[in-house]
Amino acid sequence: MPATVAAAGRAPLLAVHSLVKSFGGIRAVDGASLEIPAGSITGLIGPNGAGKSTLFGMVAGFLKPDSGTVLLDGADVTGLPPHRLFARGLVRTFQIPATFDRMTVRDNLMVVPAGQSGESVWRAWVQWGRVQTEDAAIRARADEVLAFLSLDHVCEEYAGNLSGGQKKLLELGRTMMTEPRLVLLDEPGAGVNPTLMAKLREHIRTLNRERGYTICIVEHDMDLIASLCDQVIVMAEGKVLARGSMDEVRANAEVRAAYLGGVRDSST
Amino acid sequence: MLTDILQLLIYGILLGSVIALSAVGVSLIFGILRFAHFAHGDLMTAGAYFALFFMTATGASIWLAFPFAVLAAILVALAFDRVVYRRLRRTRPVILLIASIGVAFILRNAVLVIWGPDITVYESGIKPPMRFLGLRIKEDQLIIIIGTVLLVILLSLFLQRTRMGKAMRAMADDPDLARITGIDTDRVILWTWVIGAGLAAAGGVFLALDTRLQPTLGWDILLAIFAATILGGIGKPYGAIAGAMVVGISAELGAGLPGVFGADWSLTSYKPAITFLLMVAMLLWRPQGLVGGRA
Repeated sequence: MPATVAAAGRAPLLAVHSLVKSFGGIRAVDGASLEIPAGSITGLIGPNGAGKSTLFGMVAGFLKPDSGTVLLDGADVTGLPPHRLFARGLVRTFQIPATFDRMTVRDNLMVVPAGQSGESVWRAWVQWGRVQTEDAAIRARADEVLAFLSLDHVCEEYAGNLSGGQKKLLELGRTMMTEPRLVLLDEPGAGVNPTLMAKLREHIRTLNRERGYTICIVEHDMDLIASLCDQVIVMAEGKVLARGSMDEVRANAEVRAAYLGGVRDSST
Repeated sequence: MLTDILQLLIYGILLGSVIALSAVGVSLIFGILRFAHFAHGDLMTAGAYFALFFMTATGASIWLAFPFAVLAAILVALAFDRVVYRRLRRTRPVILLIASIGVAFILRNAVLVIWGPDITVYESGIKPPMRFLGLRIKEDQLIIIIGTVLLVILLSLFLQRTRMGKAMRAMADDPDLARITGIDTDRVILWTWVIGAGLAAAGGVFLALDTRLQPTLGWDILLAIFAATILGGIGKPYGAIAGAMVVGISAELGAGLPGVFGADWSLTSYKPAITFLLMVAMLLWRPQGLVGGRA
């Protein structure tokens, strides 16, 4: 299995320092700090209410932190809105998959890349030929992604008619339309059947190994985390409790105490 | 009698065409900007008068003036978006709606100030209608129907084939997701006004061509446009086209049928009432639109 921290020594792609977020009187995230090395697959785990989702939301720009900083490749991106983060190569998927339900699967992918000349009012008419060539290239890319995810047989289907698992694949496909630097996956395994789960796991691994995506996964499924992640970060009560390989984390007494058997490690 | 009914159908399709061109815009604007655009009727009026302006200034025919009117209406819409709507985009939809009523007043009164309150026409003189199997249709009316069909085909190609069209549909489907997947929402909004205002101007010129130019030209037909939009399911442009045909045909049939069956009274002046009844009935029983299940 992978080394403790695959890319140790290199500057982290994502660095989170002392992030705090309160809702009412409750400190959901209470001074959490963590680093995600470039090229790694990082798992973010912890018992319910540990603050994983809140932390995730702050990194992805959906929640504004009360204090603390988020650095993406050394640049301060704290509090930037999601679409600005998207432009900087940080993309995410959702626990409940979000797709354009009234559009076809292929069109869902084709709308993704930003800054194409097909979106300029004047150029669309003046340089029709160029726009068409670009559109053809994007369509080809979408079809390539769909083939990779084995979704090509439903490419003309409306996204709203897909199963939950297929929607998760489609979300993964959306991240593949750009050249993301950091992909945040919010419970990719939730509500996915075992067959699709195996596929999903392979896809995530391929994207990391072959395309060099840096990936961070929030997940309750310990098997998925154990089989994929180079490093695991454990949160509890808004703080980072432990960090290391799955085996190291498993052996950690504090981590065991935090879970208190509430979510039992399924592989022990 | 069948001929009379078919004749009414032609008038209905004619009215439906004009309504459709504007209802598509209202539907797109609702889908993407999330408010009911009350100035749409007066945008039609402005478009119709821009054509008149171009004709009187250059002596050109109405068909040469047509693209000028479309372009001018687009520029007016973009100006109002920049000056009024864009500042209110982060507020609630009802504020945008009220603002658009204000824009409607500004447009209508600008037309009154510039061109005066008198009723006028593009070209005077009476052209005899063409006859076909006992049906009467004027050349202008035929051009209106063909022009509408062409514009709807163009719109459909744009929405289905181009990436900008896809981005517009994506934003109407889920605006938040559109933003975070990198869709340039400002450009989508720009295109929404280009298409909405362009089609409104086309509808305005067609309506003025079929009837007469007057400052309340578009305002008077706004109710029918909203009825068509609701009938089609708000925010669904294709639905709006179907809704416009239903509104147009039922208004003409409702007004004309008693006469066809020999009644010595007519409902012609009750056309708006028929439209209004349709709209109320839809809102009561099928607010999600005639087709499609989801609201």
